[in-house]
Amino acid sequence: MKNDLLAGELVHLTAENPEVMAKCFSRWNQDTEWLRLLDTDPPRLLSAKKWKEWLEKDLEKDTTDGIFFAIRTLEGETLIGFIGLFDLYQQHGDTLVTIALGERKFWGNGYGTDAMRVMLRYAFNELNLRRVGLIVFEYNPRAIRSYEKAGFVPEGRVRGAMLRDGKRWDFLYMGILREEWLAKGNMTS
Amino acid sequence: MSIDTQLFEGKLIRLAPIDHEKDPEVESRWTHDLSLSRALWRKPAMPLSIAQMKKKYEAIEKEVDESKRLFHFTIRGREDDRLVGFVRIEGIEWTHGIGSLKLAIGDPVERGKGYGSEALQLILCFAFSELNLYRLSAVVSEDNPGGLKFFNRFGFVEEVRRRKALLRDGQTWDSIHLGLLRDEWLARNLKEEDGHEK
Amino acid sequence: MDTNLLHGSLVRLAVEEPKINAEAYALWNRDSEFMRLLDAEPAYPPSVKKLTELIQKDQEKDPPPFYLFAIRTLEGDKLVGYIGLDGEAFPHGELFVGIAIGEREAWGKGYGTDAMKVILRYAFQELNLRRVSLDTFEYNPRAIRSYEKAGFVYEGRAREFLFREGRRWDLIFMGILREEWLARDTS
Repeated sequence: MKNDLLAGELVHLTAENPEVMAKCFSRWNQDTEWLRLLDTDPPRLLSAKKWKEWLEKDLEKDTTDGIFFAIRTLEGETLIGFIGLFDLYQQHGDTLVTIALGERKFWGNGYGTDAMRVMLRYAFNELNLRRVGLIVFEYNPRAIRSYEKAGFVPEGRVRGAMLRDGKRWDFLYMGILREEWLAKGNMTS
Repeated sequence: MSIDTQLFEGKLIRLAPIDHEKDPEVESRWTHDLSLSRALWRKPAMPLSIAQMKKKYEAIEKEVDESKRLFHFTIRGREDDRLVGFVRIEGIEWTHGIGSLKLAIGDPVERGKGYGSEALQLILCFAFSELNLYRLSAVVSEDNPGGLKFFNRFGFVEEVRRRKALLRDGQTWDSIHLGLLRDEWLARNLKEEDGHEK
Repeated sequence: MDTNLLHGSLVRLAVEEPKINAEAYALWNRDSEFMRLLDAEPAYPPSVKKLTELIQKDQEKDPPPFYLFAIRTLEGDKLVGYIGLDGEAFPHGELFVGIAIGEREAWGKGYGTDAMKVILRYAFQELNLRRVSLDTFEYNPRAIRSYEKAGFVYEGRAREFLFREGRRWDLIFMGILREEWLARDTS
């Protein structure tokens, strides 16, 4: 039995205290490029205090339809982002995944892909899910490449779902099935 | 064993209450070793933050205090009082004299030193001589052979096998229920006192 | 797609207003033989109010902690008992089933076995479980026979688990795997 189920090659996934995540969120949320790559909601500048309250309330909820981890680098233990599952349908074994690296220095260096690989292993080997899906914005090619590297396959687009800077953009749906993940030889790593 | 025997004191370890200041950080670290969570529980192995651990301890103590069906102890080193594990009797049904055991030495580095064995001896004595329970159960997964050996050493016997009850890493495992009756425990103790081989 | 997933050949499973079920359950719970066949906890008749609250709380949670159904006869629509799936289905795909036929005149008529057939179909076709377990008391041979008929396999016993009527009784465990259920003739 592996005890490093949550460790990859560059990062590991952890559980953090609300005040730790809150400080990160309120800092990352000032980076509007990051926000617009991640979220359809217009950026609101919320204080660390508000984030802490929100995270603490979230802690109270004992939901089984999602899971949340912080991403820390193996070297240096820097908290660089978060990854989580949401809209998890237990009986169907289906979920959506979301990931965001708030620390810019770590973009484009394989950290996101590594975190995603760890999350997929957890989803398939611990939660016994059958598929994992995600939604990514058309204007985020770096993320799309990372997801393809992790094994996600395009499943469709919702055309013109977003309007930003006067232009319409598509949602891209991607997914990976358990069989596909197994075929990638990810059982041992 | 007599009234003046200290129920919670061993030679290497003692059974003690939760230290809400010091313990959350230690146990939060243990929870990041998912193989430990998998050995202990059926629910998805998930690390807990210090804040989550604090809440969990509060809930445990509330249940110990109010339900009267749970006894939860920390296992601490006798020399320095450091937290090395926990042991609990849960799901007690008083009218039948039954309960279920869980024991863990959190840090792999602390295992194999006899702490778990001593804690189990203390808790068995507590269960049978103080709580007057008639029998104890323990549920262990087939993918935890160390756990099975551990309980077998103390006389627990396999009673039930829920076939393929667990699914982990794409493989199924049986869930094994072990049981120990007070009469069996008493008989073993007598044998030991007589100097016979276990 | 089978729309009558909750219909058997003798009974159907239903989810009803808490108060309707609570009144029936309260009446059955005054039958201490019924209680002792069903439960390890000391037979203690709860009030209608308490039962209504319990059922209501269960119905309000999503997903339900206990998939609880009332059992009604197809002929005459009589409420004869209840059946439910309990436990944490996720991520291992296993739940425990519990059944109780509260109406004494309904005992021995095959309602229990039929209800069990229906719930197993629900468990395997709707909840996509991998196995269903149950535990039952050594002194309830009628139930044990019914479970064997439904396809459950004996998996062991917790020795001398219960203390009742001055003696100890074993708790019997049984289980049915998805493969085993699929292999049986499904009507």
